[in-house]
Amino acid sequence: MTESRERHVPASLVWGLGMFAVLVAIAIMAPVFLSDAANTLSSESRAEPSATHWFGTDDLGRDIIARTLVAARLTMLMSLGATLLSVVLGVLIGGMVWVGPRWLRETTLRIVDSTVAFPALVLALVIAAILGPSASSAVIAIGVAGIPSFARITSNMVAPVMGRDFMSTSRLLGVPPWQLFARHLLPNIGGPLLVLIASSFALSLLEISSLSFVGLGVQSPDYDWGRLLNEGLPAIYSQPLQVLAPSFMLIFAGVAAMLTGDGLAQRFDPWGTQPAAHRSPNRVIARNGNQTASLVEVKCLRVTAANGTELVRGIDLDIASGEILGLVGESGSGKSMTAMALAQLSPDSVTTEADVMRIGDIDVLSFRNRARLAREIGLVYQDPGTTFNPALRMGTQVTEVARVHMGLSRRKARQVLVDGLRDMRMRNPESVMQQHPFQLSGGMLQRAIIAASLVTEPRLIIADEPTTALDVTVQADVLRQFKKINEDNGTAILFISHDIAVVQALCDRVLVMKNGEVIERLTGDELSKGKVSHQYTRELLAATPKFDVALDRRSSKGGGA
Amino acid sequence: MAGRTAPILAVKNLTVTLGHGIQTARVLHDVSLSVDAGMTLGIVGESGSGKSTIAKTLVGLHRPDAGLMVFDGINLGGASRRERASVRRRIQLIPQDPYSSLDPHLTIGQTLAEAIDPIRARVSRHKAEIDAALAAVALDPSVASKYPFEFSGGQRQRIAIARALIVRPDVIIADEVTSALDVSTQAEILSLLRDLKHGLNLTVIFISHNLAVVNQICEEVVVILHGEVVEHGRVRDVFSNPQRDYTRRLIESVPGGRQFSLVSREDSQDVIKSAVERET
Repeated sequence: MTESRERHVPASLVWGLGMFAVLVAIAIMAPVFLSDAANTLSSESRAEPSATHWFGTDDLGRDIIARTLVAARLTMLMSLGATLLSVVLGVLIGGMVWVGPRWLRETTLRIVDSTVAFPALVLALVIAAILGPSASSAVIAIGVAGIPSFARITSNMVAPVMGRDFMSTSRLLGVPPWQLFARHLLPNIGGPLLVLIASSFALSLLEISSLSFVGLGVQSPDYDWGRLLNEGLPAIYSQPLQVLAPSFMLIFAGVAAMLTGDGLAQRFDPWGTQPAAHRSPNRVIARNGNQTASLVEVKCLRVTAANGTELVRGIDLDIASGEILGLVGESGSGKSMTAMALAQLSPDSVTTEADVMRIGDIDVLSFRNRARLAREIGLVYQDPGTTFNPALRMGTQVTEVARVHMGLSRRKARQVLVDGLRDMRMRNPESVMQQHPFQLSGGMLQRAIIAASLVTEPRLIIADEPTTALDVTVQADVLRQFKKINEDNGTAILFISHDIAVVQALCDRVLVMKNGEVIERLTGDELSKGKVSHQYTRELLAATPKFDVALDRRSSKGGGA
Repeated sequence: MAGRTAPILAVKNLTVTLGHGIQTARVLHDVSLSVDAGMTLGIVGESGSGKSTIAKTLVGLHRPDAGLMVFDGINLGGASRRERASVRRRIQLIPQDPYSSLDPHLTIGQTLAEAIDPIRARVSRHKAEIDAALAAVALDPSVASKYPFEFSGGQRQRIAIARALIVRPDVIIADEVTSALDVSTQAEILSLLRDLKHGLNLTVIFISHNLAVVNQICEEVVVILHGEVVEHGRVRDVFSNPQRDYTRRLIESVPGGRQFSLVSREDSQDVIKSAVERET
């Protein structure tokens, strides 16, 4: 959230706060200057609009505009009071349950859940009826009725913060519960909380006015907008302006609160304000004759972030058919950006340019070829846990490509995938298809993804850190699968990894990237023999811990267990 | 393991069950291990093996069902609340994810001050200690007034280490501290840990899935599989002469290691089957 400092202020926030400022000004000034006109009885009962009374007068001859404006103070104060009551107690309950013992949290949250299920306005009506009709009872009623939902939402917002390591570390260091709440929890939910407070204010405004309107809120001689609506109701056909004025103010205040909430939400939403970049048109579509030589040809690829930072600075790469090309580099080197550009999957916030970028005879830069591109390349991502939708069975998801892009029937697609999974040496492919993603291990999921990506018989697999999230034994297994696919089907692989040891084990050729540039091109052999010339590659190799343990071949089976 | 000087931290027959209600799982079974003062003990295992649970149990985040935990002669099971609280501060855990271990809304100074004085956490009162802790991890004192988002993963990990050190612990438990980092940053953090260990005479429990790293910095190693200790001994012995097939498989899977091969062979039955198919 701290990163949001540099972002522009959304228009809705400016408007909302502006309207609020007008309301606050009215609430402060009107009772000072207009209370005479608003409260003095006169003989001009139910006067038509005139130069002195723009909206006319009510049944006791009081100026309607003056009364509406004066009522702003009481209405706003009451809404504010009710909101504060819900927010303070709700946030306290919702936050403190997390720093207290577990049984207390479970009990409190169950109680909160059951009260949330009860409509807040009905709850408020009951409370107001018990307390008796008055302004303060309306505030208490609406405020208390709002506590459960605030407690619930706060508790939901706090839950992920509780899971972060700094919370457990602070607790271990002996930070008392109250400090945990005030120092760590509250600031970390502050942004979304502000948004909620703004929309909660709009709701309180409406509910307080409803209570006053039905006679359970503000009592004569005091008046708020709800009460004014109530007073105007009997004459609604003869004198609609008397109802219109407070209605307009209610809508105005409600819109002000909503716009403010909306603006705050936009400001705190990390995705909301990213300006979309456009693909630069000034590229040269060069179609050279050497298409047979390489499967993938990229010339002078540049990827630029929205703020002008160059993420990839004009790199060239080509991949021959059946070749495994490794792209190795540390985080921020631009290796993933290169891969995503090649798959036409760059985020909207970056601009991709290249002199040439083709896979086979497909011009990647042209939008027309997207469907073909999807068939020609298979994609394998880093985290198999997030690639699948947890709600759907594996079968539905892995057969999607076969059904959508290949037009196969459900049964045929299923058969193809079962065979594919078996090729990936999964033990029970049929039962795997019936399972949900969370029932499978990371290695199983990654193998399922590879199997699914092979369905279209792609000529190129782009694998972005495919084994980084896996255990070593599983990683070794998945690497073997890649090698096998490459050997059996002649599929070219663009293999991206931060791990130079993995890359040198698998790849025919390796490009070393740093700061968006390719700084060295090596064969896998040169890399494993340490024949590197660039200083950075040398440093990378030196930083990679060696595992040169000589295993005594006979030791385990013979002497062990 | 008999006949040693008294270990600073020892665990015997530790059993831990996690979860509540019907969703409980026994994560550690009968785990016994010990570490002598000034040593570096590696705990290796794959995800789900329970190695992080050991760390969390040692610092008191999980309560064991059974077993004995002895720290510096104090039986933690029988210790009073106050004794446990003071022991807690002498064993510091450095969490894995440097992006989750620092509160984004506190300055680095506030985070460190909180470690010294959990209740008031005043930066001004502990300026000298904060500067010293930052210097120990090779960071400038000006860092104290900045927020976590201004730092890279490696720098954040240094700050997390500084927070652990500022408490003056005897034992540091490093839970996968380098696995989220680039190799060159990893190398820096490892050498920092090694220097600190020697300079401050710390005992380090280094939890990692990376055998190469453990091989590089640990003296002893424990191999965990499914919540059980399958092997425990000096790193050199365990890695060059593994007694269990699982350990051997782990060793063979390290890419770039001498035993690594891309030829599929671990499912010997499959290999035989396919060989038979090819013949016929």
